[in-house]
Amino acid sequence: MSSILIIEQILNGLQFGVMLFLMAAGLTLIFGVMGLINLAHGSLYMVGAFAAAAVAGLTGSFLLGLIAALIAAAFAGAIIEMVVIRRLYKAAHLDQVLATFALILIFSEGTRWVFGSFPLFLDIPDALSGPVTLPGGIQYPLYRLTLIAIGLLVALGLWALIERTRIGIQIRAGENDREMIGALGVDISKLYTLIFALGAALAGLAGALVGAIQSVQVGMGEPVLILAFVVIVIGGIGSIRGAFVGALLVGLTDTLGGVFLPELFKLFMEAGAAQKSGSALASMSIYMLMGLVLIWRPTGLFGART
Amino acid sequence: MKLNERAINTVVLLGLLALPLYALVVDEPFTITLVTRAVILALAAVGLNIVLGIGGLVSFGHALFFGIGGYAMGILAYHAQTYTTLNLGFFSTGGTKLMPVIWLVAMTVSAIVAYVIGKLTLRTSGVYFIMITLAFAQMFYYFTISWAQYGGEDGLSIYIRNDFPGLNTLVPIQFFAICFVILCSVLFLYARLQASPFGLALNATRQSATRVEAVGLDPMKLKLLAFVISGAVTGLAGALFADLNRFVSPTMFSWQLSGELIVLIIIGGVGRLMGPVIGACVFVALEHFLGGLTSFWHIYLGVILLCIVLFARGGILGLLTGKEGAHV
Amino acid sequence: MSDPILATHGLSKRFGALQATDDVSIDLRAGEIHAIIGPNGAGKSTLIKQICGGLVPDAGTVSLLGRDISGLSTGARAQAGLGRTFQISELAMEDTVLENAVLGALGARASPWSFWTRALGRTDLTERAKSGLDRVGLLDQQDMIVANLSHGQRRQLEVAVSLTLSPKAFIMDEPMAGLGAEGSKTMTSFLDGLREEAPILLVEHDMDAVFALADRISVLVYGRIIATGTADQIRNDAQVREAYLGEEA
Repeated sequence: MSSILIIEQILNGLQFGVMLFLMAAGLTLIFGVMGLINLAHGSLYMVGAFAAAAVAGLTGSFLLGLIAALIAAAFAGAIIEMVVIRRLYKAAHLDQVLATFALILIFSEGTRWVFGSFPLFLDIPDALSGPVTLPGGIQYPLYRLTLIAIGLLVALGLWALIERTRIGIQIRAGENDREMIGALGVDISKLYTLIFALGAALAGLAGALVGAIQSVQVGMGEPVLILAFVVIVIGGIGSIRGAFVGALLVGLTDTLGGVFLPELFKLFMEAGAAQKSGSALASMSIYMLMGLVLIWRPTGLFGART
Repeated sequence: MKLNERAINTVVLLGLLALPLYALVVDEPFTITLVTRAVILALAAVGLNIVLGIGGLVSFGHALFFGIGGYAMGILAYHAQTYTTLNLGFFSTGGTKLMPVIWLVAMTVSAIVAYVIGKLTLRTSGVYFIMITLAFAQMFYYFTISWAQYGGEDGLSIYIRNDFPGLNTLVPIQFFAICFVILCSVLFLYARLQASPFGLALNATRQSATRVEAVGLDPMKLKLLAFVISGAVTGLAGALFADLNRFVSPTMFSWQLSGELIVLIIIGGVGRLMGPVIGACVFVALEHFLGGLTSFWHIYLGVILLCIVLFARGGILGLLTGKEGAHV
Repeated sequence: MSDPILATHGLSKRFGALQATDDVSIDLRAGEIHAIIGPNGAGKSTLIKQICGGLVPDAGTVSLLGRDISGLSTGARAQAGLGRTFQISELAMEDTVLENAVLGALGARASPWSFWTRALGRTDLTERAKSGLDRVGLLDQQDMIVANLSHGQRRQLEVAVSLTLSPKAFIMDEPMAGLGAEGSKTMTSFLDGLREEAPILLVEHDMDAVFALADRISVLVYGRIIATGTADQIRNDAQVREAYLGEEA
């Protein structure tokens, strides 16, 4: 096992992690400010991917595709917030789960109706295709490196938004005391729509970016959504910082586990069995990580203590 | 509209019995299978209703137990049909094709898993509980996908339906009879449980855990036991479902199935004896009729579900009886 | 003087910079009503939570009938004999009045692990529950859903549920809150008779009720007990007048 392979895998884990962060950030923000659990967040990821694939396919421009993804997801987010989600803020979690589950059904089947059941493909732009050589002679795909950079930039931007801007102050006030921001003269329903659209746009961005390395198809959002849940449970629901740390932990555990656990098992098992048990265990590893974190801290790493 | 809930319940059960008998007379075995499917889904949802409806625990991972029941059946029957040995280290068996044994194994394993997962997850509440139960079900989903010995992602086919002493289970109406009798027995148990001291205390835990503690009871133990019973019932349903299809695959663990089980309960009425049964009948009917009209029937299901959540708390039973029922 | 039924020894709890309770030692003797008064934020709720469980003190112990119960869970403390009523009603709102009282009776019998009998068909439970309801005057409302009760009736039910436990000591958090003049009067005369059965630690804002009922009064200010004594002693205590009564006047 060479150090090059290890570094490559760590980069893969980071890339996966930052994309999970884009999903988890919106989820955790929406829960933190509005107290809403949104299962349809995965659908917004899918909307972003489809919008990007469709527009990039028409215009040939990846950048236009990305912009389309942001706009489409934010727009879809704002619409469902105003039509459905807004009625659920004060509802029980069960109602929120069911209503957003219903939204998944509507989004998924609606997309299948418009685009059909076959996957679309979104190509990596020429400027970003091919590998680059990193210090130490490691060849790594430029596109994946770009994803890491974008993810980190978004994380930084979110941090600045929340810590340094007026909107951020309102968001933080909303997390602490919902009555309070009303008293401050902030239009709450506008703020909520804005936050929801922002979360949706981040999900759409993730969908479009990941869509270029996987196929764009109906149902692509839900596995990512569930991983994002694991991320925010680990990080502590409502905490952006927790989402960032949790996303990197999950990304790295999943990627490294899949590669190294079978290798580890080969040390004391015969190869075929080691491959099987190792990959079986790897597929469960992030859930075990979550279980361990919860035994240690039932409200996650950065969650509010009760 | 205010109808008597007991009368509705009786009509629904009689209807559930009459439809397959009618189908038998006019020789439409497919209808019998369809009703059997509704009965089994109802059974799974009755199991979930114990924790969700009485205990107020939104388990978004009950497909976990459904899948465990399914794989208990699949693994035992697989070894029996291939004449291979299942070696667990401390115990080895040649598998079995006998339904009662399979059911017992399915329920026991589900109960044990429910105990362990309950111990871990019941420490949390609210959204954490929802997400964590979902995540545990996913863990089993991915585990069975990579479990090559039992078919991995493709699942396991069981060529001949398992046996029940004295019956020919391959005849649809006889297999239906088995499932229907089980559903009725479990409904009877559910009714007894709900009215029992345990049911009263569990129901109070949903409404105010603080109150339950203040009278000297332990809400955690109440919830844990409810979770175990609930898991066992849904596990039993999983074993029957696998036998109905003669096939098990990781999709029995899927999150969509967990969601659908909750949906069944909501359509019928949360915390009500026949809520899950009515929900399952409506769901299977929608799936059959809408699914026959359009391949995009899930859109309509989504819209119906949205309307129920936003405008008709209490589901169908709530509408018919004029009483909302349990709040979760 | 006999040993106290319930006693706290040096209970302290700090939340960050806020000292919520500071070395609180109080006792509750047989047959008495001991009222705890103090301005809002004085630490009364924190004190109750430390006595009944649910909040672990930084220091200090709680003993009931001479037995240290500090290490017990809330449920176990209730089993040991603490009957608590809540400031904001903690009841099963969708259930009937009788069902709520039967829950208390279940707690007293300490066994919810019965799955086959009907809870409301068990006379051992219902008799106990009904006698509790009867004493607070709610027997006629036994089949009403709690959510449909008036505010005052819910307070009565809170007390009835704790009665079914036959506790060794009552801990009551503002039983008069929101009752109105007439309701307060009824509750006052009821509590007056109840002290013979088990002593009451009473946290209350209604000063008329407190001065009418309490054998002893302790004044809690900024987490500290600044005075304990009879109603007259407290009325005339200079420190109390300054720190508390004076502020209100």
